[in-house]
Amino acid sequence: MGAGPYIEPNPPRHLVESLKSSLPGSVLEVTEFRGELTVRVPRERIVEIGRFLKEDAEADCVFLSCVLGMHYLERDYDYEVVYELYSLEKNHRLRLKLRLNEGETVPSVTSIWPGANWPEREAFDLVGIRFQGHPDLRRIIMPEDYEDHPLRKDFDVEGGPTDIDPRGRPASRGYRDVEHA
Amino acid sequence: MDDAKLTKSIPAMPPALPRDEDALHGDKMVINMGPSHPSTHGVLRLVLSLDGEIVKSVQPHIGYLHRGMEKIAETMTYHQFIPYTDRLDYLAPLSNNVAYILAVEKLMDIKVPPRCDVIRLLCCEIARISAHLLWLGTGALDLGAATVFFYTFRERETLYDIIESLTGARLTTSYPRVGGLARDLPDGWTDKVSSFVESFPKALDELDGLLTGNQIWVQRTQGIGVISGADAVAYSLSGPNLRGSGIAYDVRRAQPYLGYENYEFDVPIGEAGDVYDRYLVRLEEMRQSTRILKQALDRLPEGPINIDDPKIVLPQRDTVLQKMEELIQQFMIVTEGFRPPVGEVYHAIEAPKGELGFYIRSEGDKSPHRLYIRSPSFICLQAIEKMSVGGLLSDLIAVIASLDPVMGEVDR
Repeated sequence: MGAGPYIEPNPPRHLVESLKSSLPGSVLEVTEFRGELTVRVPRERIVEIGRFLKEDAEADCVFLSCVLGMHYLERDYDYEVVYELYSLEKNHRLRLKLRLNEGETVPSVTSIWPGANWPEREAFDLVGIRFQGHPDLRRIIMPEDYEDHPLRKDFDVEGGPTDIDPRGRPASRGYRDVEHA
Repeated sequence: MDDAKLTKSIPAMPPALPRDEDALHGDKMVINMGPSHPSTHGVLRLVLSLDGEIVKSVQPHIGYLHRGMEKIAETMTYHQFIPYTDRLDYLAPLSNNVAYILAVEKLMDIKVPPRCDVIRLLCCEIARISAHLLWLGTGALDLGAATVFFYTFRERETLYDIIESLTGARLTTSYPRVGGLARDLPDGWTDKVSSFVESFPKALDELDGLLTGNQIWVQRTQGIGVISGADAVAYSLSGPNLRGSGIAYDVRRAQPYLGYENYEFDVPIGEAGDVYDRYLVRLEEMRQSTRILKQALDRLPEGPINIDDPKIVLPQRDTVLQKMEELIQQFMIVTEGFRPPVGEVYHAIEAPKGELGFYIRSEGDKSPHRLYIRSPSFICLQAIEKMSVGGLLSDLIAVIASLDPVMGEVDR
């Protein structure tokens, strides 16, 4: 069989140990799947953990590939935020993940990786996650006066916001409501 | 003439200009550039604040081409999403197809036959050359060098013929499939690619000769839109935009997929991080891609192109029409798709624009729970203010061209 996709032979497991010893309580859950290491961290400590991973010589996660948000229904958390980190020197990837509920905010990592600016705006715009301390948390993809977050799981795909709004907000706006004379 | 006389003949310096900033500079002018502007390469809108011709701030507004692709992906099977990836970076659709397929195959833990790998690699490099050719033609046109455009489009047309004879379409290629390819290479296809590989270096030399030493080109691009290596990393730039600043990060080299580790090629890097260096990097990348194409053609193995898994790969068309089992198999794949295990993967490839990554979160259903597209153009546009503030308005055009954003990929 051929080479196919890249699958990391040695995920940076030592980083989990150094996170545990340097920042006690920072690792909540570790999963490994297809050579990818995911570390779930407490929401409030993401800046501290991110800075450690960027500045520690062994971790060296200077490159933030992306930040993305996910919405879940019927779980004991509403959102997950995922950070894909990469080290140019050590050539390893590490995924950080945190969970939060409706009404909670995530500290922004733009002070560590300026490149997190637009991805965090996008996660706010499309999923509805609010980032505390973000320099410019405005909508980025959807129009400024748009009121919904389309990547939420309770968003109706066919025709956008509907009359049956699961969050009990006023019935929909938009072109569907325009009365045609 | 002695020194004293020489000094005398120089007129006295005029009095220094008043230091008061307000007296010198009038009100700032706010200009709306785009979303329909020939040099914004699509529907990028920039709100500029100008002091005379000096750019004081740049506020990009995006989203005019948003089609909700990530949301659409959550409503369909993994196979059905392939055509949507054509419309991401629509200048290199084959490259997007392969990027998406590799992420799904990583999720499913599939390894395809070697012949399939090599064909996919050929697709990626053809896409890279054609994307870079379009960037060079339009980028030079933005700066007033119209001839280059015709030279690049002549070559690009040859590549589009090659792509058309392989996939049946020039733009909406949708060629790879999960676990293989839509069809094997048509007869005589490799000869077409070989003759392109033979003739293209000469065309590249022509382009090189038109621009690289051209005084006007050099003056319009050198020292313009500078970003340091450290800043480029901080802003998560990737691809030629990052390498132009001297950071040698190429996914093909760092985390090789499709067997890139077995090919000989160089990763060109710049030094100054300006428009000119990004130009040089892309020009050299086309040469390196030609090298890779040549090696891939030489080693193209015989054998199957699809994996042998009737739960994933569609059956041959003629058997579907004649045999019951194949008909059921086709029906099940089309209506139900396949169900990857619960898990999440992120797979990145070196697309023409940079690191193109697909993050897929699977909950074990026939469609992904979340699919995120890490598009290099979206990320690189946030550095536009850093690169252009303090420069001239006309230099902003050069900066946009050198970043090579494609709005289909930015807005998704």
